[in-house]
Amino acid sequence: MAKGKKEVDDRFGRFGTVSFTSISKVNDFIDYLAQGKVMGTRCKQCGATHFPPVADCAECLSSNVEWFEVTGTGKLVSFSTLTYGPVGFEDDLPYAIALLDYGDYKVFGRIAKDIPEKELSIGMAMKTEPLTLPNGQLSYVFSKA
Amino acid sequence: MGRVGIIGVGQSAFVRGYPGSIRELAYEGFKEAMEDAQISNEDIDASIVCSAPEYDKQRSPAGVLAEYLGLIPQPTFYVESVCSSSSTGLKVAYSMIKAGLHDVVCVLGFQKMSEISSAESQERMGRGADIQWESPFGTMMPAYYAMYARAHMAKYGSTEEDLALIRIKAATYGQMNKKAVYRKPVTMEQIFDPERPPVATPLKVFDCCANADGSSCIIVASEEKAKALCEKPVWILGLGAASEAVNMAGRDLFTGLSVAIEAGKQAYEMAGVGPEDIDVAEVHDCFTIAEMMAYENLGFAKPGEGKELIGAKETYKEGKIPVNVDGGLLSKGHPIGATGGSQIRTIVLQLRGDAGPMQVENPEIGLVHNIGGVGLYGNVTILGRS
Repeated sequence: MAKGKKEVDDRFGRFGTVSFTSISKVNDFIDYLAQGKVMGTRCKQCGATHFPPVADCAECLSSNVEWFEVTGTGKLVSFSTLTYGPVGFEDDLPYAIALLDYGDYKVFGRIAKDIPEKELSIGMAMKTEPLTLPNGQLSYVFSKA
Repeated sequence: MGRVGIIGVGQSAFVRGYPGSIRELAYEGFKEAMEDAQISNEDIDASIVCSAPEYDKQRSPAGVLAEYLGLIPQPTFYVESVCSSSSTGLKVAYSMIKAGLHDVVCVLGFQKMSEISSAESQERMGRGADIQWESPFGTMMPAYYAMYARAHMAKYGSTEEDLALIRIKAATYGQMNKKAVYRKPVTMEQIFDPERPPVATPLKVFDCCANADGSSCIIVASEEKAKALCEKPVWILGLGAASEAVNMAGRDLFTGLSVAIEAGKQAYEMAGVGPEDIDVAEVHDCFTIAEMMAYENLGFAKPGEGKELIGAKETYKEGKIPVNVDGGLLSKGHPIGATGGSQIRTIVLQLRGDAGPMQVENPEIGLVHNIGGVGLYGNVTILGRS
């Protein structure tokens, strides 16, 4: 067997302000983000939609999944603005984390920096938008629909 | 197959920066439980050690602690479900005794949160949830519970003042509890001090429990052994446990914890009792909103009516359902792996009439609600005097 370094697909390391893992079977999520698309997965066998995306469908034990784009608007389920953050997030403070409900699936993420908390209310329509962070990492934020 | 009883309980004082090693910390809870049970190390057939491993420098602490506590060569192993580790340990002990494998089992919970530096601790806090899909956004435990608080307020009209009343109650009893890390009263003015920005809106500093170092120990026995060894055993009547999606995106309920509802249902059914039969309860108040949701998830109040329960002081010692009359996690502190055992100890002492200044009048049946993570794991345990 030929010796040599095995190429490691560590694209997931580019996700978010600080990524805590770099290798995943859904690493294509990162390429889609770079192309300006936030994507989830759908099981081709049973049709179940998953966000965050999954490589495997535990319901029907199939790994035959396809990508779909998160489009349209979701309803703001809840949110909170942090004034303290974990190591590595100091420069982002303050920031708000939030959850959007798209009906078939939900998306967890952050509220766009330019929206003051007083303009947020539970139930309001928001959309998910890809974002390249100042440190070159890829992420997405929620903005007003 | 007979019942399973608790024959001894103990805990260390919960403190900031325990001046000793993990084995010495574990010894403190163990010693109190052994003196309480009045048994010797040879009487114990197995030990279950419970903690959250991210705070440990020691790999596989079970063996190290078992040796220090004189519990070798008996079997020992480690159980983990973060903040609910030691009530999970109790369930495992119950199962082993019911299966006839062992007669007396020691459940030892501990956490020396100061074992790691505050920088290391800050780093771990960022990994408290789904590290692949949530942590990259900079999540923290208070912010998750804050999202539940915001959703609860929006749906039911509960307020920050309602949550503050829960903190004030905790401080009322924390002052009486010699083992609590926070033993001072707390006022509305302190809670709403404009100089202290919210930790994660709408939760403020006083809505959050404090980290602490501590240990707890529960000694569990078969009915036969319990009766032979102990004058006032407390019986395990019901055990419920459930899990939920770690990622918020996988959940449907944001005004309560589904694990608490499910585990409560199981425990009530197994014990053959309902919420109205509970005389005293310990609930997992890592944040004030967590206690508010526990009232409603356990059936002490209807959904959305927890605020009326605390508003009328019904969860005080003299109320219709006393909750956390030992100061709760908010005043006692929350040494992750030791917390469930401390809650169980409180209820055992209450049922035996040994709770001192915190004693509720003549309780027959008590309940322990212990949650791991942000409603990731939930254990509800019902204990009874007979």
